[in-house]
Amino acid sequence: MTRHSPISLARLWGIVVKEFVQMRRDRLTFGMILGIPLLQLLLFGFAINGDPRHLPAGIIMSDHGPQGRTILAALRNSTYFDFTRQLNSEAEGREALARGDVQFVINIPENFTRDLIRGERPAILVEADATDPAATGNALGSLSTILNEGLSHDLKGPLTFLASNPGPIDLRVHALYNPEAITHYNIVPGLMGVILTMTMVMITGLAITRERERGTMENLLSMPTRPTEVLLGKIIPYIVVGYIQVGLILTAARYIFHVPMEGNLGLLLAAALIFIAANLAMGITFSTIARNQLQAMQLAFFVFLPSILLSGFMFPFRGMPAWAQCIGELFPLTHFLRIVRGILLKNNGADAVINELWPIALFAAVMLTIGIKRYRQTLD
Amino acid sequence: MSEGFAIDVQGMTKRFGDRTVVNKINLQVRAGEIYGFLGPNGSGKTTFIRMLCGLLRADEGKGTCLGYDLLTQSEEIKRHVGYMTQRFSFYEDLSIAENLDFVARMYGVANRRQAVRESIKQLGLAGRQDQLTGELSGGWKQRVALAACLIHHPKLLLLDEPTAGVDPKARRDFWEQLHQLAAQGLTVLVTTHYMDEAERCHRLAYISYGNLLTHGTLAEVIARARLTTWAVSGPDLPGLAGELRSSSGIDQAVAFGTSLHVSGSDRAALQSAIAPYRTDKYEWHEIDSSLEDVFIHLMQSSQDNFAA
Ligand SMILES: Nc1ncnc2c1ncn2[C@@H]1O[C@H](COP(=O)(O)OP(=O)(O)O)[C@@H](O)[C@H]1O
Ligand SMILES: [Mg+2]
Repeated sequence: MTRHSPISLARLWGIVVKEFVQMRRDRLTFGMILGIPLLQLLLFGFAINGDPRHLPAGIIMSDHGPQGRTILAALRNSTYFDFTRQLNSEAEGREALARGDVQFVINIPENFTRDLIRGERPAILVEADATDPAATGNALGSLSTILNEGLSHDLKGPLTFLASNPGPIDLRVHALYNPEAITHYNIVPGLMGVILTMTMVMITGLAITRERERGTMENLLSMPTRPTEVLLGKIIPYIVVGYIQVGLILTAARYIFHVPMEGNLGLLLAAALIFIAANLAMGITFSTIARNQLQAMQLAFFVFLPSILLSGFMFPFRGMPAWAQCIGELFPLTHFLRIVRGILLKNNGADAVINELWPIALFAAVMLTIGIKRYRQTLD
Repeated sequence: MSEGFAIDVQGMTKRFGDRTVVNKINLQVRAGEIYGFLGPNGSGKTTFIRMLCGLLRADEGKGTCLGYDLLTQSEEIKRHVGYMTQRFSFYEDLSIAENLDFVARMYGVANRRQAVRESIKQLGLAGRQDQLTGELSGGWKQRVALAACLIHHPKLLLLDEPTAGVDPKARRDFWEQLHQLAAQGLTVLVTTHYMDEAERCHRLAYISYGNLLTHGTLAEVIARARLTTWAVSGPDLPGLAGELRSSSGIDQAVAFGTSLHVSGSDRAALQSAIAPYRTDKYEWHEIDSSLEDVFIHLMQSSQDNFAA
């Protein structure tokens, strides 16, 4: 009988079992577990999935040859562009963009047809208001295909050679206002991190305060249970929940949003474990600090908002000022976003992942230590 | 265990802010004894019990519980104590069996499943073990709580108003069981407001405003109060009580059914105070002071001493 006996696995398991049963009976929490990811995917999904067409566009047509008209027709047929304005100069185009009258300005220069046929690869300049990248992304993405396919009808016979590399025209796209256009490939994997942060911190944030408010804490504390057992016992069941959410999001990413899955999913799941644990540890620590459930919620939001804003989910990380980047580096979400995007989009391997994983692991360890220290073993 | 005491504490003190809620209480409870802990609401009973089982840190005081040091060995104490809280504090969203199973796991009970099954059977809860405890009535909650407190075979039971809001039949059964357990060597410290329960305890203590006013066996507590009590019956007792209360020499006049108990600590003064009222209208006779008379007396004098 020592005062410092190690944690008892039997007691730990007892708490895990209890938490599982309680979770199953708590409809609201259970709804939150499934509802939040679905709702968020749906909300963001509209912005992502919605492949906006009929966007207002202005045209500066300085060419009078047939190919200029071909280009215009091709753009119109794509249904991405509605040419609402005839513009006379680039300056006029900029003005229309700035006012938000048009989303695009397409500039077909003088002598376009002549230069095209001479094989001089004339330039077509497309300027886009990329403030909302989700709005312009698809249109811009399909632009070169639209143009090349449109021209391919004209480029027959002696002109066939023009269609070969490097292509008949020189397409120059200027994305204004938001050069690092985020696409939905970027958002859906990021959403995994955001959803996990939100639900995991909230769920465990309530764990200890709920026991206090219901009066069951008095009983729990009168039993020979150790802080580590209580905290771990309340974390472990929710790791399973976290994985359910990961599965949900990955499935949606693959089959609804068609996000490419380049990388190793096993690696992703392993990294997700650390990330989930870090968020649970943060939540449980809030729970030991907060006096009641409301305070725990407020603490969760206090961290949730800056996480979302400074992690690179909302705004490109490199676009933020240095101080904001420094703060951003502290959040597990920042590192997890890089991991998810790295694995899914760039097929990153374990080496690259570990670089971003250890800050998350460190965060989890620090949080759990604070939680265990803060866990009051008396009712004082 | 120090000289056969299950609880042996000195100078226990607890303050919340600058309010002293438990004031230098010494208490010794013998092993195998049922010890009643009485006192008005807010007098510090719950706080004192919480200090005994390590739920609150005492500001001052020392002592042992089951031979373990109160200040340094709270882990061992928790292992051998069963604490039944004043408010039901098991999980209302777990079933009876799930609650018992959880508690058994926390104490590392050997043959857990069997222990849970037996506990359910013993308490006559068989057939209801899958019911959520939140749906149970007060009496049933109390039985579940007791079963849970006993599942690890504690050596000391701390019961905080275990029978509040429980019907008389269930209360009687409950006390039968306590006496059986005590006969097997279990020590019980129980708080209550019921006089009949107090009288069933081997020993009693009375606490008010955090101060221990008296303790001992039933007879000792009554004798120590040195209270003289007369019972009077007749017409308009409430009117008579009002008159008596204002006369000096009379500490209290309390209605008991169809008679009035008139008590005072000075026998001669009491007799001269009631002399004017000893007419044909009323029937007077001296009685033994009851525990209730004594406690009312203690409560009133402590109010005079400590309230301010
Ligand atoms: N955690 C606490 N903080 C501040 N005051 C408390 C706390 N717990 C109890 N008290 C106060 O201490 C006094 C004694 O309470 P308690 O021990 O519950 O009395 P009892 O159980 O005899 O009714 C009460 O006045 C109560 O308001
Ligand atoms: Mg109380």
